[in-house]
Amino acid sequence: MTAQPITSPRPAADGAGEALLSVRDLTVTFGRGRKAFRAVDGVDFDVYPGQTVGLVGESGCGKSVTSLAIMGLLPGRGNTVGGRVTFAGEDLLSMPADQLRDRRGRDVAMIFQDPLSSLNPVVPLGVQVAEVIERHKGRNRSDAQQEAAAMLKKVGIPDPDRRLKEYPHQLSGGMRQRALIAMALACEPRLLIADEPTTALDVTIQAQILALLKELVSESGTALIMITHDLGVVAGLCDEVNVLYAGRIVERAQRHDLFATPRHPYTGGLLASIPRLHEERGRRLTPVPGSVSDNIPWEQGCAFAPRCANAVDVCRQQTPTLVPDRDAVGDDRLLRCHNPLTANPVDDTPTVEEDAR
Amino acid sequence: MTDHLPDTGTSPGSTGTGSGTGPAEPRRPGLAGRPGARKKERIDRLAEAGTLSEEEGVSLWQSAWRRLRRDPVFLVGAVIIAAFVVLAVIAPWIAPHDPAARLLIDQRTTSNPIPGPQPGHPLGADDAGRDMLSRLMVGARQTLIVGVLATLGGLTGGLILGTLAGGIGGWMDGVVMRIVDVMLSIPSLLMAFSLAAMFARPSQWTVILAIAIIQIPIFARLLRGSMMAQRHSDHVLAAQALGVRAPAIVFRHMLPNSVGPVIVQGTLVLAVAIIDAAALSFLGLGNPDDTQPEWGQMLGRAQQYFNTHPEVAVYPALCIIVVALGFTLMGESLREALDPKSRR
Repeated sequence: MTAQPITSPRPAADGAGEALLSVRDLTVTFGRGRKAFRAVDGVDFDVYPGQTVGLVGESGCGKSVTSLAIMGLLPGRGNTVGGRVTFAGEDLLSMPADQLRDRRGRDVAMIFQDPLSSLNPVVPLGVQVAEVIERHKGRNRSDAQQEAAAMLKKVGIPDPDRRLKEYPHQLSGGMRQRALIAMALACEPRLLIADEPTTALDVTIQAQILALLKELVSESGTALIMITHDLGVVAGLCDEVNVLYAGRIVERAQRHDLFATPRHPYTGGLLASIPRLHEERGRRLTPVPGSVSDNIPWEQGCAFAPRCANAVDVCRQQTPTLVPDRDAVGDDRLLRCHNPLTANPVDDTPTVEEDAR
Repeated sequence: MTDHLPDTGTSPGSTGTGSGTGPAEPRRPGLAGRPGARKKERIDRLAEAGTLSEEEGVSLWQSAWRRLRRDPVFLVGAVIIAAFVVLAVIAPWIAPHDPAARLLIDQRTTSNPIPGPQPGHPLGADDAGRDMLSRLMVGARQTLIVGVLATLGGLTGGLILGTLAGGIGGWMDGVVMRIVDVMLSIPSLLMAFSLAAMFARPSQWTVILAIAIIQIPIFARLLRGSMMAQRHSDHVLAAQALGVRAPAIVFRHMLPNSVGPVIVQGTLVLAVAIIDAAALSFLGLGNPDDTQPEWGQMLGRAQQYFNTHPEVAVYPALCIIVVALGFTLMGESLREALDPKSRR
């Protein structure tokens, strides 16, 4: 149990040295003055080379905004980004736009949620994949096409030479996501950000895509930030998991520790809401009650308190801080909660139905 | 042919002989491990192929064409335009007379300035004794040239301004769009009239230029709007996330996805351009050289005799109406077919 202060870099699970990406006190505010909305509120985390880090949370908790802020892809106006994002020793947030553009795709790449709308519908796939290779590796058109074909083959697209001439609408959903992965990994980036890469796909394809990502990432030593609302995705892929709620990290743990002993009631709620096969049929799902709109501002207490079954008086009066959590299983755990869970809720959670009775 | 069969394994009987060729191998029950994997692979491939053929050929233009083929409105428009274009091309060879020759000039009197229909001249002649039918037929060519060139000119200008505004954005967007707003605030015919009047010697080219300029703001605004929509689309964001340079994003990712509505607008503007050219000619700002007939110019000349001989005005007017209608029908149905919201 050697948890350290939050701001100092912690050694990764696999013991690598310097952090590849280090995010410190990242804050994104939309609008200004009275109407300002803080979408990301002081998020800190590190990604070490080859590590897979999960950012988990429900819609609107700031997952995607975090990733766009790291990439510098937030729209130029209407938002303020604060804090520091250091990639391999360089500050991404203060970097000039053209230098940042050189980094994107070559050092840091990103995969988006909807594979159909993320591909240009009027340009053949080959041009789109080759474009990235031409741009970052300085290849000519025909060499880039060959490399693109090799890349498509690598991500499991059969008959790549034919596919290169086809348009996105001629590919199936899984194939499109594979193509996007091929584009993102074409220049062997050191960090890949995957923003809900499997949300728009059906379950069987999801498993294929996740297996592919896992394989490619471990093969090339690429670090991965996996953004998802699906703890099932986290379970199969991530080394470290950050649970976000209302723009702040509420719990951080290694994957196995998190699933063994979730400490934050929100994490517990997320785990309990996963349907399980061994339960009797007809049993109601166990959602996290309420919605994000019930939140209270972090300044007035714990934002999750109105939805929390564990909430005590202090939750509505005092803002919890992210502190090392020494009472649970596993090292390096962080927790932002006044009254954490003591038992795993998955073992005996009352369903909504039983509550109502 | 028959001696090939045992080798290639194409006949049903030859598979049982087990000649050891490639296609027969997976069916053998003996090889337990690898055929299982291969079978799985084959099923996967089949599944991929199944989804592929289902979705094949649903690109925007392809599906639009499929619906247009059965759309009577589009077909009527297309037939009119096709006939018009063919006429414009072959008119000089099929016209019964030289459109510039004053064949019936001796029939023209002060009491009857327009020689009437007669054998050899089914529609009569104009006030200079030139055969009306021949002039209408040959006039199609000038009218088409004016319409197409004016539209292309407007389209080019609109594409440049729209790409500047929508592609670069920011202050450029502001500057370009204010210029466009100023141009739009002047009534288009008034502006065309002023532009055409600025030239010392009016000609066909001044008409084309004036009409091209008044079409620019419409195209620019339309393109800028759809470029703006593309700017925030997922695939542009994805391209940015991969570090694609700004010019490539504008010209490869934004522009090709934005030109659809502009092209449709182009077919509609063709009709407007022909009508505007006729209006300018009618107002006396057209081509003064009337040896090459043009419908608008013929209409303009006819105004002096409109009280006594309305048919001189009606013939070219009818031609303009029909051709403009053809372009409008085609453009409208094209717009409808390409608009995803109107899809059934």
